[in-house]
Amino acid sequence: MSTMVNFVSGPLVWIALVTFVVGTVVRIVLMIRTIKLDKTVLPAMTVKHSLRSIFFWTLPYGSRSMRTRPFFSGLSYLFHLCLLALPLTVMGHAVLWQQAWGIRWWSLPSGVADVMTAVVIFAGGIFLLRRIMSPEVRNVNTWRDYVILVIVLLPFVTGFIAYHQWLDYRTIIILHMVSGAVWLMAIPFTWLQHMFMFFFSRAYMGSEFGAVRNARDW
Amino acid sequence: MAVADPGFDLALAKLTPERIEQVINSVLSQAVAERMKLFLKTCVHCGLCADACHTYLSRNRDPDFAPVAKVRDTLGVMLKKKGRVSPEFMKNAARVAFIECGGCRRCSMYCPFGIDIATMIMTIRRICSLLGMVPQFIQDTTNSHSATSNQMWVQPDDWIDTVMWQEEDAQLEVAGLRIPLDKEGAEVMYSVIAPEPKVMAQLIANIAVLMTVAKVDWTMPSADGWDNSNMAMFSGDLEIMGRIEREHWERALELRVGKMVMGECGHAYRGAVYDGPKWLGWQGPPLPMVHAVELYYDLLREGRIEITDKLTEPVTIQDPCNIVRGRGLHEKLRYVVHALCDNVVEMDPKFEHNYCCAAGGGIINCGAPWKMARLKSIKIKATQLKKTGASLCITPCHNCHHGVVDIIGHYHIDMRTSFLIELIVKQMKIPEGLGV
Amino acid sequence: MTERETERETGREKWNWDVGSRNVADLGKLRAAYTDVHELTVSADGERVAAPVVAEDGSFRVAVNGEVWETELEKAWHLKFTPDDRLTALVRVDDMWTVAVEGELWEQRYPFAWNTKFSADGRTIAVQIKAGMEYSLCINDKPWDRNFLSIRNYALSDDGRRAAALVQVVELVTADTETFAEGTWSVAVDSETWDEKFIGVWAPVISPDGEHVAVQTRTERFAYTIALDGAPWESRYGCVWEPGFRPRGEGLLAPVRTGASWSLAEDGEPLWKTPYVQLWYVRFSPAGERVAAVVATDFGRWTVAVDDRPWGCTFGDVVMAPVFSTDGKRVAAAVRHEGRWTVAVDGEPWSHWFDTVWDPVVGAGRGPVLAKVKNQGAYGLAVDGRVGAQRYEHLWDPTFSPDGDKVLIRGVQSGKYIRRVVLTEELG
Ligand code: HEM
Ligand code: HEM
Ligand code: SF4
Ligand code: SF4
Repeated sequence: MSTMVNFVSGPLVWIALVTFVVGTVVRIVLMIRTIKLDKTVLPAMTVKHSLRSIFFWTLPYGSRSMRTRPFFSGLSYLFHLCLLALPLTVMGHAVLWQQAWGIRWWSLPSGVADVMTAVVIFAGGIFLLRRIMSPEVRNVNTWRDYVILVIVLLPFVTGFIAYHQWLDYRTIIILHMVSGAVWLMAIPFTWLQHMFMFFFSRAYMGSEFGAVRNARDW
Repeated sequence: MAVADPGFDLALAKLTPERIEQVINSVLSQAVAERMKLFLKTCVHCGLCADACHTYLSRNRDPDFAPVAKVRDTLGVMLKKKGRVSPEFMKNAARVAFIECGGCRRCSMYCPFGIDIATMIMTIRRICSLLGMVPQFIQDTTNSHSATSNQMWVQPDDWIDTVMWQEEDAQLEVAGLRIPLDKEGAEVMYSVIAPEPKVMAQLIANIAVLMTVAKVDWTMPSADGWDNSNMAMFSGDLEIMGRIEREHWERALELRVGKMVMGECGHAYRGAVYDGPKWLGWQGPPLPMVHAVELYYDLLREGRIEITDKLTEPVTIQDPCNIVRGRGLHEKLRYVVHALCDNVVEMDPKFEHNYCCAAGGGIINCGAPWKMARLKSIKIKATQLKKTGASLCITPCHNCHHGVVDIIGHYHIDMRTSFLIELIVKQMKIPEGLGV
Repeated sequence: MTERETERETGREKWNWDVGSRNVADLGKLRAAYTDVHELTVSADGERVAAPVVAEDGSFRVAVNGEVWETELEKAWHLKFTPDDRLTALVRVDDMWTVAVEGELWEQRYPFAWNTKFSADGRTIAVQIKAGMEYSLCINDKPWDRNFLSIRNYALSDDGRRAAALVQVVELVTADTETFAEGTWSVAVDSETWDEKFIGVWAPVISPDGEHVAVQTRTERFAYTIALDGAPWESRYGCVWEPGFRPRGEGLLAPVRTGASWSLAEDGEPLWKTPYVQLWYVRFSPAGERVAAVVATDFGRWTVAVDDRPWGCTFGDVVMAPVFSTDGKRVAAAVRHEGRWTVAVDGEPWSHWFDTVWDPVVGAGRGPVLAKVKNQGAYGLAVDGRVGAQRYEHLWDPTFSPDGDKVLIRGVQSGKYIRRVVLTEELG
């Protein structure tokens, strides 16, 4: 069991991190290459309109699209905020960072982190329900999409259980670490790559609307 | 849904799976398609684009009409199956791409990632076009562009003759009015779409009245290239699209005009400013190009025309996709409309967020077989129009104009439509010296 | 181009090349006498200025140097001087159209006649005509013996003996896309049609010796090529632009598109190696040994390539057709970049930019390059990029004397049409 723990908290973390970083870099390089194939794209892009679009689409309720569904947008916003903040600032992680590399990290008070985790899980649950209940969403979802959502949520669920010391802690921690690794590795290979593609696609559309067509895209 | 369109049915009989596979893969290996694949990989299947699309909203939220579903059912399958799809599949893909999406780009404003659904749909149209699977009527229009460079088989003499005839007609209203043909170095070259000489010649007289009163140094070309419409752009025949845009710009460049002014048409504007130049290797149009709305705006702002009568009835405004979402002209459009009308009732939503008319993007040019499908897919616009309570809808675009006429007819709305120029010439002061 | 070129060839030595300025016609007087004076046209030798004029009753006449043609017309437009300096106009009388040459109307009258073209020596005059509901050509007052469903455009050979027209040969009913795809267009040479039918045909050209006719053709929905005397090249391309015959010899060149790039082909074989984003307006040096074309080396980067070597600098908006000097040594073109026009000579743009610039006039040797330019509504003559003090309300292209020592300037100043001959060395 302890070799297992050693593996998942040591090499596996490395494998996951390297896969995530390399995968992401490769994706971005490939994307830039693809974009360059079409000679008309880059000359039409401007920094101003790219940033303008990203700004309005990351600002809470910055776009009309978001405003037309206040609950979902708010939830998605909180979901992402917590989801991005937690892996870096959870106390349990900070301890591990320190053990492994001796880096001291600021971490969230555990009570706050716990609530944020609950938010992610809650929001994720709603997203899952929405994908199942809403005809227009269900129509374009396959098992893959549900699996991805489960992958996204599992580290939070297991982390949550571990924190509360429910069930067998060791097992749960192992599950947590494995799911966390899967989480990282899934990003470059599924639509979770929207994490970085978001900025490029918005920059493209922002320029298409703003620079080329003199119109707003939010 | 089983509409008989000879354009589809004849192609269906001839297509082989091998040919389909070959064409799909050749198109999808090109640079544009590569970009499309990136978009598809980014899509999180959240369905947020559904509410943006008038076809989805109009068809009782039928999930198959959500933008993401339309792409999944067409391009998505083609990619997944690496082009190994059946002729029947292609027929359905063609129906979706030509009839159920006009490339209005509204969904790209509602998708959090700005996924370019419209360009993907145009990619499918390109595939359909290469396979000969194109609705008969829009193919016929494209054929006309190929043979005559204009959209409606207008013979070269008919064009010149109509312009001269409209000039003579308009001279009865405004003394000394001219429609100078082929005038070198004119400040403005004005261009129209073929339906004007063919069926709405009065619009040519109208613009001549405006240009004369505003003392604009203008011209129109007598040779081919006078028609700025471009249905080849929508039917997927990019070679013909490029050819007619080249001819169009060539006329303006030969005459060394200062700028091109495009009549009240949206897609023509798009073709001449974006799609045409891009295919030809220009980053933008080679000379400045303005839409009629911008011309009216400038003339009003500079005080070169004066509006003396204003409409008091409730008036609403259709924002044409290609000049609003596609050019940001909504504010200038408001300026012009408010100069003409006292009681403007806005549609909800408006500006870039207004719904498409479902006639543009080549849909209305797919003709009679598809009229009912088109009207079904635009119920939302009928609701939107009714809610304004307006008795007049201003449509500064030929497609919107026809589209809205069809909508108010089909959904029994008590409303008229008008181009801006029709109101302007009626409500404008004709200076003393020019009276007849 | 041929028209401009030949304009300069025809009898230039016989023109009056005495240095000095002459007031040829007072346009103010004309404007006072008539309700309206339409666009002006001047003869190549600059001796005459003509315009359609409208009388109070709405009738038209053609005024030449202030004198009007006797014939009263319902309409007159499209005034053009032939290369041998005869004035032609398209005119309507009794609701029928015809050509008027120096005030004499052709006998043939048609529901419509338009698109006048001339042979290089000016002796042949042709127009497109509508006869009944059909279309044909009328050349020197003689119609072709055959009519067509439609004629889109045509070309006249330099010697005027031959004419080639783009003709519709198969009738089409509304929305008959199938028949269209089988080919409904062809080319008629001297009213005889080629056997071959095509989906599309564009821009006919006739070889300088008048023996051959070439057009762009669309052989299948997505296959284009060049057809020479009725026979398409074997190669098929994604698209083609107008072909051009070498001034001497047999070669037929055309821009062709393969994949997403353009190159230049000769007789169906690749000639230039470089793939360009665009390639059009192929022009030859007078002796035919050098070839220039407008190319886009990259998206939005336009320039001129001479023998497949693009100039070092590129322009963003547009590059107009290249113009060779009469000795074929220099190439110049009007270019537009970031909204301003100038002329580039052998890859060097002038240092001054203008609102508008017309195609340059390039003499032989090291002489200056001239161009008509417009700034803030006033015309001027730019000499190697500098505009002298003279401003014009109207200006036509300048012309070099045969020895290049003098320049003929035709322009309107203070409401008067002026013919001016200056020493080339005193320009600027
Ligand atoms: C792959 C390596 C990972 C390791 C070794 C690891 C380890 C841990 C440890 C030891 C804890 C503390 C449990 C406790 O308080 O007793 C924890 C908590 C947590 N982890 Fe991880 N984790 C990993 C990956 C992830 C990832 C990728 C995520 C999120 C995407 C994540 C989210 C969380 C959360 C949200 C908590 C706190 C739960 C709460 O406070 O309610 N972890 N993790
Ligand atoms: C800076 C990084 C990120 C940005 C800008 C971003 C942005 C978005 C946007 C705009 C959406 C669209 C729909 C919505 O608003 O919910 C979305 C959805 C989603 N994102 Fe992210 N995201 C980021 C990172 C991540 C990461 C790291 C994950 C998890 C690994 C994630 C998981 C999800 C999930 C599961 C959805 C789907 C929600 C649904 O079911 O509708 N995101 N994201
Ligand atoms: S019609 Fe407009 S909103 Fe609907 S899918 Fe097409 S581009 Fe998107
Ligand atoms: S809104 Fe965008 S990401 Fe969401 S399903 Fe539609 S296209 Fe995909």
